[in-house]
Amino acid sequence: MTAQDRWIHTPPRKSATFDDYAIAEIRRAAATGIYDIRGGGTKRKLPHFDDLVFLGASISRYPLEGYREKCSTDVTIGGRFAKKPIKLKIPVTIAGMSFGALSAQAKEALGRGASAVGTTTTTGDGGMTAEEREHSTLLVYQVLPSRYGTNPDDLRKADAIEVVVGQGAKPGGGGMLLGQKITKRVAEMRRLPEGIDQRSACRHPDWTGPDDLEIKIHELREITDWEKPVYVKVGASRPYYDTALAVKSGADAIVLDGMQGGTAATQDVFIENVGLPILSAIVPAVRALQELGMHRKVQLIVSGGIRNGADVAKCLALGADAVSIGTAALIALGDNDPHMEDEYRALGTTAGAYDDWHEGRDPAGITTQDPVLSARLDPIVGARKLAKYLSVMTLEAQTIARACGKSHLHNLEPEDLAALTIEAAAMARVPLAGTNWIPGADKL
Amino acid sequence: MPTVDLALASLRELNATLHRLSATTNETHWHILNPRGQHSIAAGVDASILVEVDGHVGYYCAGMNKRARVIVHGNAGQGVAENMMSGRVHVEGDASQAAGASGCGGLLVIDGNASARCGISMKGIDIVVKGSVGHLSAFMAQAGNLVVLGDAGDALGDSIYEAHLYVRGAVKSLGADCVEKPMRDDHKAELRNLLDTAGLNGSVDVGEFRRYGSARKLYHFHIDNVGSY
Repeated sequence: MTAQDRWIHTPPRKSATFDDYAIAEIRRAAATGIYDIRGGGTKRKLPHFDDLVFLGASISRYPLEGYREKCSTDVTIGGRFAKKPIKLKIPVTIAGMSFGALSAQAKEALGRGASAVGTTTTTGDGGMTAEEREHSTLLVYQVLPSRYGTNPDDLRKADAIEVVVGQGAKPGGGGMLLGQKITKRVAEMRRLPEGIDQRSACRHPDWTGPDDLEIKIHELREITDWEKPVYVKVGASRPYYDTALAVKSGADAIVLDGMQGGTAATQDVFIENVGLPILSAIVPAVRALQELGMHRKVQLIVSGGIRNGADVAKCLALGADAVSIGTAALIALGDNDPHMEDEYRALGTTAGAYDDWHEGRDPAGITTQDPVLSARLDPIVGARKLAKYLSVMTLEAQTIARACGKSHLHNLEPEDLAALTIEAAAMARVPLAGTNWIPGADKL
Repeated sequence: MPTVDLALASLRELNATLHRLSATTNETHWHILNPRGQHSIAAGVDASILVEVDGHVGYYCAGMNKRARVIVHGNAGQGVAENMMSGRVHVEGDASQAAGASGCGGLLVIDGNASARCGISMKGIDIVVKGSVGHLSAFMAQAGNLVVLGDAGDALGDSIYEAHLYVRGAVKSLGADCVEKPMRDDHKAELRNLLDTAGLNGSVDVGEFRRYGSARKLYHFHIDNVGSY
């Protein structure tokens, strides 16, 4: 080959727009005629808590001794109206995940693990099982658009009620549970034919707007004799207005779920393209609470991609009262564990990427109703792992808080933070590191 | 017969009193005066009692009712008998939207008309409407029976599962995956029983009704059925 020949052909160049994944998806859609359905939250790179850092103490700030001085972590939720508010020992709760989406063993493990460290678990789109009530000292009962399994007895057994308007993975969308997981027991709880592809309603059947929601919450309080805190959960899309309207509707607490928050099953296009990253949603929600004089009176629980104590501390510093975890809790139980790599490969995936939770073939026995697979998860072992993980998250958050001189995690504040990117600075409303600049600070 | 005058007592006092009733209570017949459209009247009752309400009620009257028999001598607002588990609720006037929404059991009888979304998400409740029902009635209806002696509005039974719909009058349109089905003898017997239970013994000819239910095309997603949505 002469030097002249070498330059006849340009080297292969792949399109940045039509990258390998986009091309594969076009081919898959053309072959199957159906959109991709999967579990989990968004997988795209987004501005997140990694883009924030704590400043720590210095000459102008006084730290607390890292291992000795008290740094409290307790949170009370529901003091606005409920006769029996929830008292959490740690500010990390377990998000709503249904029996149906998860195995009974997984639900038991979540309940046992959360109870061991003094926090709540939450039911899901399918109702309350006797097992999860038994194993969860503090259980939040979701009232969802589908109303699957909803009944007054379980409502009264719950420690709190969560009216689910939406979730971060799919604001505006309903749930989905495909036929493989609609077993006899799941079908009976939901009053559905066994084995069908279940698509839940995306809007509540008996109320249609904030004025109705206020009356609905009032009804739930009347039925439960005003004992239980009532949360309202929304997916992060219009956090300022949704928070204000939830307060107006009489919520004791607001659960705000970013687009990194997981789902049992939904269209990939929905997960990746609808909603806001949680980093951008917290500050508008806090602002709404502050303007209404309700910050720390109506509690804000945020979720979506929270992984460690630093994330917890950053959420609280931005003004949240607590956080909620779902995906991370499942990982702690054993989801996507590399020791099952051979089985993930047999399913056409790899550990860390497995998201076909809707197919019910989870080798970890978590997102399945298959009795053989479910039996692989020992609820006692899983609970211990979860409890340890929750404890570590709390210790990490305390470590950071003490370094910032705070004797309670709730004393963390935006002033303790700096942003590493312009995007994070604008979204979290904290200065870009090394500057006093908050992009868009003059435009709320 | 205990009487609660809501011009004098609060709704909270009323519901708390009804919730405290034991299974063996002797106070089995309650009379509520001056409801004046208040919401959540007799919501969450779990006792074999009769509650009569003299007047119009607001949202969610008899919500999540268990075992009780509730009679509204007037009209009912949104979501009457929502998520009812058992018992019987009788509205002598008209009902607003979402009557009997997500009800799991029991019988709801509406002497007048019911507005939109009657029987939405129903999961085993029986509903008999002597007048007509509005649009999107029996939306995503899973189980139970909806009987309409009058007409039905747009998109009846949209995305229906296994509920049975019987309509005597005109249906403006059927929703996704809802089709007319033949009235077999067992359906006529079922309908006759529902009408009898609602107090219409022999006064209505079941032969005048048409039956609607799920085509079951949407139970499993298939690209060839995408046009059904």
